[in-house]
Amino acid sequence: MTAIAAGPAPKATGAKPSASPAVAPRRLGLHVFLAAVSLLWLAPLLLAVYASLRPYQETSKYGYFSWPHHLSFAYYREAFTQSGMAQHFLNTLLIAVPAVLLTLFFASFVAFCIARVRIRGGFLILILFTAGNLLPPQVMVTPVYELFTRIPLPYWMSDSLTMYDSYWGVIAIHIAFQTGFCVFVMTNFMKALPEELREAAIVDGAGVWTQFWRITMPLCRPALAALATLEFAWIYNDFLWALVLMSSGDKMPVTSALNNLKGQYFQDYNLLAAGSVLVALPTVILFFILQRHFIAGLTLGATKG
Amino acid sequence: MPPKADLEPAVPTGPETAAAPAAAPTEGRRRPRAGRRRIRRLTTRDRLVITVLLGLPLLFTFVLVWATTLASIGLSFTNWDGIGSAKFIGVDNYKELFTNYPPFATAIWHNLLWLGFLAVVATPLGLLLAVLLDRKIRFGRFYQSAIYLPVVLSLAVIGFISQLIFARDDGILNTLLGTTGPGGHPVDWIGNPHINIWVVLLMAGWRHSGYVMVLYLAGLKGVDPSLKEAAAIDGANARQTFFRVVFPVMRPVNIIVGVITVIEALRAFDIVYAINGGTNGLELLSVLITDNIIGEASRIGFGSAIAVVLLLISVGCIVAYCMTELREEKS
Repeated sequence: MTAIAAGPAPKATGAKPSASPAVAPRRLGLHVFLAAVSLLWLAPLLLAVYASLRPYQETSKYGYFSWPHHLSFAYYREAFTQSGMAQHFLNTLLIAVPAVLLTLFFASFVAFCIARVRIRGGFLILILFTAGNLLPPQVMVTPVYELFTRIPLPYWMSDSLTMYDSYWGVIAIHIAFQTGFCVFVMTNFMKALPEELREAAIVDGAGVWTQFWRITMPLCRPALAALATLEFAWIYNDFLWALVLMSSGDKMPVTSALNNLKGQYFQDYNLLAAGSVLVALPTVILFFILQRHFIAGLTLGATKG
Repeated sequence: MPPKADLEPAVPTGPETAAAPAAAPTEGRRRPRAGRRRIRRLTTRDRLVITVLLGLPLLFTFVLVWATTLASIGLSFTNWDGIGSAKFIGVDNYKELFTNYPPFATAIWHNLLWLGFLAVVATPLGLLLAVLLDRKIRFGRFYQSAIYLPVVLSLAVIGFISQLIFARDDGILNTLLGTTGPGGHPVDWIGNPHINIWVVLLMAGWRHSGYVMVLYLAGLKGVDPSLKEAAAIDGANARQTFFRVVFPVMRPVNIIVGVITVIEALRAFDIVYAINGGTNGLELLSVLITDNIIGEASRIGFGSAIAVVLLLISVGCIVAYCMTELREEKS
């Protein structure tokens, strides 16, 4: 795909003379610019990593731009144990994994109904979901809170005996809210898929479920990978809902664990940096694993017109 | 998994075998490619599957997103404090909001500033980077990854990293500027309420432009190369080709990017909350709502009124989005 797009691109980019010597300086400028931007973009992260490896006394004495005297992972150990990060990581996984999977499943089916089955009122449903995702979550905070405190759950599901202060509530609100964006993306993606395959399946007598699960979903894998990365990052990074819908500190997701590292009077920024790097690590790793699919998935296909 | 393999088990399925193929071709013949909607007879089982699997997410969205939003609008006309009974007080909350609540105007201004900054600076920057990276150049993948990386970071993490960089006494930037030593006048990037919003915007834009870049990179790869060739043959220069041909063709991506830019600007919360709880120059509507609703005062009616204002701003964007979609649907 890169090859197709890259072929004619330089041609279109300029009244470029056919002589090749003119190309080199322009390319050099391009590389200098892109390298500078990349460096600027990476700098905060690299500095955070660098700072997290050095003791606070050293950086406060010599500044952050100095040669290291001591390098160690001590802050990482401290950040991990002091904030109870293991527990919080587990909490986040308990919320994010089911939420992402269910969101993608439901959103795909809704998109399938809109784009492929073309059910009546499909356009209205699309608007309902997408517009819902544009609403600011803060508008829903109070009613959701009140609703969840009134929904009883058995003890084996929630030790608070309600939806409030349980993972169920947080998962439910993430699904309800995030489905909107995924429906939007999946509908666009599915509209661009070739119809022939599914029509052949219909002729062969496949039901809606078979058309969806066995014919359409395998073709959507790139889009699903892209959405999985994004949604995981978003739900993983959520701050607000856990803050509003949870009260027990030991149930909080990992983002709030960083707050445990904030000192009352004194802030050890290097410790915070170590904590930040630890918290960021899972999403960064997931990004690198799914990166290849990511770009392909966001292509959305719809631009072919 | 090759799609062929998926087809095979689909052949001997249940009772719908007779109904579906009979319906599909007749419909197809009667309206050959004319209407976008093709009505196909569905079996009972199909209807059941659709009802359950479409009904569930619809129910979720209705109850948790739309019903709660409407409830918030109702609450904004009461003086509810979360414990006693709610009393209807008309538009008193709104009156107080606009006349007697100084952080409100600041917060609105900050949210609009946020939107403006993302729309005017960060989004075009992302587009520019995408255009530059949309060719086969050396290290392209590296540049791409580096610029995209901040997107997967949480704004809370970004908030903490910004403190590392912008802290007054031993922050990296002031060290770099050489103002931390004796006699220097270090700028309090985060503590000064006139400056800190720009620092936060810079960090938010840093993340946002990487996000926009990836979306446009994907969009550009989807543009039919023959379009560009045709434009070049017609004598269009690079700029004309891009703005007259490539950019308009990417309309679906443009809409997504627009939607995301608005969402990011209105939802902005975590980064300021992580830095200083959204006070002292970093007020945002989202923070004011959260503070009033879950703060000690528990002024739920009042907080809801702020939420409704935020809602009204986003409704403008939602309507704009719906209009474009509607036009698309009609054409």
